[in-house]
Amino acid sequence: MLSNLANLLRYRGLISSLVGRELKARYRGSVFGFLWSFINPLLLLLIYTFVFTTIIPNEEPKTKPYSLFMFCGILPWTWFASSLSDAAGSLIAGGNLIKKVLFPAEVLPIVAVLANMVHFFLGLVILIVFLVIYRHPPDAWDLFWFPIAVIVQFVFTCALGLLLAALAVHFRDIRDILANVLTLWFFATPIIYPYFQANVQKFRPLFNANPFTHLAISYQEILFFYGPIGHWRWLLALGAGSIVLFFACYWVFDRLRDSFAEAV
Amino acid sequence: MTPAIELSHVSKAYRRYSGKQFATLKSALLQRSILRDLRPSETFPALTDVSFTVAKGTTYGVVGRNGSGKSTALKLVAGITKPTSGTVRVQGRISALIELGAGFHPEISGRENVFINGIMLGLSKREIQNRFDEIVDFAELREFIDAPVKTYSSGMYMRLGFAVAIHVDPDVLLVDEVLAVGDEGFTHKCLDKFAEFRRRNKTILLVTHSLGLVERFCDEALWLDAGRAMDHGDPKRVIGSYLTKVEESEEHLLASTTARAVEEAGRDGGGQPADRPADPTSNMFQATEGRWGSREVEITDVAFLDHDGHPSFVFHSGDAMAIRVRVRAAHPVDDFVFGVGIFNADGVCCYGTNTYLEELNPQRLDGDGEATFAIESLDLVEGTYKVDVAIHKRDGFPYDYHRLLYTFRVKSRVRDVGIYRPRHRWTFSPNVTFKAER
Repeated sequence: MLSNLANLLRYRGLISSLVGRELKARYRGSVFGFLWSFINPLLLLLIYTFVFTTIIPNEEPKTKPYSLFMFCGILPWTWFASSLSDAAGSLIAGGNLIKKVLFPAEVLPIVAVLANMVHFFLGLVILIVFLVIYRHPPDAWDLFWFPIAVIVQFVFTCALGLLLAALAVHFRDIRDILANVLTLWFFATPIIYPYFQANVQKFRPLFNANPFTHLAISYQEILFFYGPIGHWRWLLALGAGSIVLFFACYWVFDRLRDSFAEAV
Repeated sequence: MTPAIELSHVSKAYRRYSGKQFATLKSALLQRSILRDLRPSETFPALTDVSFTVAKGTTYGVVGRNGSGKSTALKLVAGITKPTSGTVRVQGRISALIELGAGFHPEISGRENVFINGIMLGLSKREIQNRFDEIVDFAELREFIDAPVKTYSSGMYMRLGFAVAIHVDPDVLLVDEVLAVGDEGFTHKCLDKFAEFRRRNKTILLVTHSLGLVERFCDEALWLDAGRAMDHGDPKRVIGSYLTKVEESEEHLLASTTARAVEEAGRDGGGQPADRPADPTSNMFQATEGRWGSREVEITDVAFLDHDGHPSFVFHSGDAMAIRVRVRAAHPVDDFVFGVGIFNADGVCCYGTNTYLEELNPQRLDGDGEATFAIESLDLVEGTYKVDVAIHKRDGFPYDYHRLLYTFRVKSRVRDVGIYRPRHRWTFSPNVTFKAER
């Protein structure tokens, strides 16, 4: 298993070209092409702005402008959710490769996570532009934590992605279950409502048990709120937990590896 | 001799297809059988205890019928699947021409696909850069290389896949029935490339149905049947024994279809002489199977005999062959004609005759009798032939008429065309010469 993991490093050329292919192929043939990576989050932001300033205005002063607050959580969530659904289908979609070419299967879910990470970064550009427009720039010191949050999320997402990809080969209904679980998970995470709301605090232990809570809060503190990061212990703990989870999931993936070529 | 590929006592079992193939999580949870489902319960042996060694620098051919485990063996060597038991050892870089262009993404250009495919096959970006022109020229796709691969024809797709795979410069090249991808010219180019590989002391493992290719190219051959190694060694000998086996199984098949045809015809066609054509030569062109006649004289058995007198269904062009007809007369008759007709698969009558046409005057037939129509040399081209056998009166009234019930096959090493192969030879003036081998 460890030697397989070490091999993964050897495949970084392959991974990077597959990510590039994924991104190129995604918008090939569309008029706006790569601009869609910007247009999608922009439109989303505009919709949220309209809904939460005009239709159901939120009066909480700390979270103004509300759409930007939500966007800080929604962008990483989108990365997480689309990575998982792409990863879960990645082995089945790449069946040709697994069956016909000597190909390290774990590359496929990881490519799914990385390709969505690129979209996440492009969405961040939109977010930063709007943070500047609204005169709400993030604290420079907080930004030190940003790469750490990204790395923690990356490891966490890869772990779940590997597990789901391996299991989805054998149980095709995982992808349908996942879609529903992700919707539930989204609303169970303080993304479109702030963590410090009284209603949330009532269920505090439950929220703390949700790993993505800590990622969402970290992003919000880094990008949106002023002042020092209060959540860094949780973030680091999640990071440590994610590394353990990654090894566990990779172990499962490795155990099931030989069955892929036959079951895909 | 250093082995490049070594398989020792390799077995591979696949999970048999069953309703549980796409097991759902629900059923797995309900039956608490997640772990059991992930372990094959009912298996199908694709390979059983196969051992062979391919020496470095040699070309090794694998032949066998469909489903005999050839492709599984190749996948095991490529490392795509793991053996259930036994060991597979391969020395050096492998490139597998198994599914050409398997990694191509339809939306992006041929150029980008060449790079990604090359990286998948283990090349570095720089190596691909250096070989790029060679690859494109080999695939003959210079004008189309920047078009998305989805616009390629299947031939272009395969050619590009082949070109990339072969330019990986492997030490061991695995080839699975891929020479059918291009036109004649491209096939020749591929064969030249293989020859170049051999000169450079690379190892090739070739799986193919083209026996001629194995005979011409391979230093050694392996014959797999139902997952077992039947024979290996000198390609000519291995192919010979393989072909013998193929003929045997074809014989079994022909024997059973013939038996079924006779039985069916006997069931529904018995004893209605009226509306059926009477004379074998008059109505040869309505090729419907059947049996009719009064059965006063009954055909009890029809057999094709080879030159040793053994019943057979497969003959080689030019072999001796005899059609033996056994009859039984319910009461003595003095008016009878034996007739036979040979038809090819298109229903064309190749030859038809009877004892009356050949001016044999019937005298008496009583009880069990036998007539043999012996052909000294079966000068027909390769194909499947059906036979009419009949016994009737001189005026055409049928005793027992077997229409197209019997089938035999003619095999030939020469792919000539037509129906009839006249005995022939070519002669040339001294200034026309040929190479010793093709």
